[in-house]
Amino acid sequence: MPTSYKVLPGPEHFLPPSAASMGIRLPDPGQAHIHGTIVTEEEAMEQAARQFLSAKVPTIFPGPLVLWAWNEKAAHKAKAVRHLYETIKESVTPSQQAMLIPMPDYRPKYPKINPEIEINPNHPNLTIWHNKIDACMFVGVHCHQANLSLKIIRGGTNCYTIAMCAQAGHEDAMLSIRDATADKILRLADWVKKLKGSVPPPA
Amino acid sequence: MSKERIKIAEELFDIMPPEYQDLVKRATFGNEQRGWKDIGNAKELIEEHSLCAGCPESMAFRYILASLPNPEDTVMVGSTGCTSLVFPHVAVHNIHSLFGNQNAIASGLKRALSVRFPGQVKDVVVLAGDGATVDIGLDMTLQAWFRQEKFTTICFDNELYANTGGQESGLMQKGFVAKMAPVGKTFEKVRLPEIARESGCHYVVNCTVSKPNLVEKVIKNAIHIAREIGPTYLQLYTPCILEIGKNSMEGLQEMRDSEKPTERFAYKEYVSEPAKELLAELAAKEKERKAEAKKQLAGQTA
Ligand SMILES: Cc1ncc(C[n+]2csc(CCOP(=O)(O)OP(=O)(O)O)c2C)c(N)n1
Ligand code: SF4
Ligand SMILES: [Mg+2]
Repeated sequence: MPTSYKVLPGPEHFLPPSAASMGIRLPDPGQAHIHGTIVTEEEAMEQAARQFLSAKVPTIFPGPLVLWAWNEKAAHKAKAVRHLYETIKESVTPSQQAMLIPMPDYRPKYPKINPEIEINPNHPNLTIWHNKIDACMFVGVHCHQANLSLKIIRGGTNCYTIAMCAQAGHEDAMLSIRDATADKILRLADWVKKLKGSVPPPA
Repeated sequence: MSKERIKIAEELFDIMPPEYQDLVKRATFGNEQRGWKDIGNAKELIEEHSLCAGCPESMAFRYILASLPNPEDTVMVGSTGCTSLVFPHVAVHNIHSLFGNQNAIASGLKRALSVRFPGQVKDVVVLAGDGATVDIGLDMTLQAWFRQEKFTTICFDNELYANTGGQESGLMQKGFVAKMAPVGKTFEKVRLPEIARESGCHYVVNCTVSKPNLVEKVIKNAIHIAREIGPTYLQLYTPCILEIGKNSMEGLQEMRDSEKPTERFAYKEYVSEPAKELLAELAAKEKERKAEAKKQLAGQTA
């Protein structure tokens, strides 16, 4: 069913609807989505790179699936994530601050998390608010936790969310690439490098 | 069974919060000799806890987590209550079950793990309060024992429902008046250790957690017996200092007072015949291991 709903930066409201319930569907293999509209993977890569280059605090949030070297593939992805972060860092102006903040755990942490060094899916807004993050990418976060967290971010912050998903993509992110591999992460880094200097930095 | 399974990706090691780096570097995963003496020397498998200051449950948690023989291949099953406040801080796989269902969940889990990982050791340990074990979950507790499910059930017996403000529990003493049970208990403390024995448990212990070495011993025995033979049950007195009107420093003395020979938590143990044989085998192996280690040490110093 066609929908007029767009997955856009918030703050949407306290309990934003799941994008799926608003008629947003997931991309098929080889595709991606931007704001809920199906696009080619290359278009999404370019747009993601533009978001990083135009953000004040472009940030990557690696989750447990890449933080832990539980198999060789995960270790490769971790390497690619680091490379992407270093590329963003080198490609932005001194007024921008690239960050790499882990989501090591899904357990609610008491008495509180330290928002400077980690993000927790149960209250991701704390890390985003604290560091004034305006564009972020999830990678290596299990689907259920990513969905929960992406919705909270849309509800309470104005952060642009990108999901580099190893499965079928995330409709609750503003931009999602599916079937993520180390190669796709490296391709995104290539896009960042290619667009370096051509995207105006934030005012 | 080794630390190899618990490795942070090299490229992202530096961004991990220090408690995870510590877990990988200094926790005693893969060390079969791990025990309570590691507390203070190695990274514990528990971070901060959110129990009341001085709550004996926090001591019990520390000793138990230090004594699990196989933490990287252990799944703990908890239930609602004060214990469930601690599980989010524990670096061992755990499942929070619906209040009272813990032994049913553990039964399914243990069976699924044996099918999914044949030939591998996977320990399942239930840890729940007395309300969950003896009142609302009694059906599930007993049925798991009748069916001879191979896992350990630990009950943190604080003799009331602490987490909801002090209601009467089956394990409460007769005559006890709690904040939300003003009439006083009219019947005797349920004799669950005896019921456990009659229901088919192969190892049953009733004691307090005042002595860490004792907790280590009973935990290891209970888990080894459950692995090889059948269900085991530990009832540990972890007094709710808040509800009995003690202050933070008084939990230990309360346990010492309650474990005197005439008191209700005097050490009681039941071991079935097959379990006795297994413990004797394990003791003989341990003796051999120690003798071998001594010989090697003598060889090195000669
Ligand atoms: C199905 C269900 N019934 C009731 C409750 C409410 N409840 C929460 S904790 C609790 C008592 C827990 O007592 P106990 O098992 O002895 O644990 P303690 O807090 O004393 O450690 C109860 C009744 C619940 N959470 N779920
Ligand atoms: S209420 Fe009682 S059992 Fe619960 S944490 Fe406090 S002292 Fe411990
Ligand atoms: Mg209780």
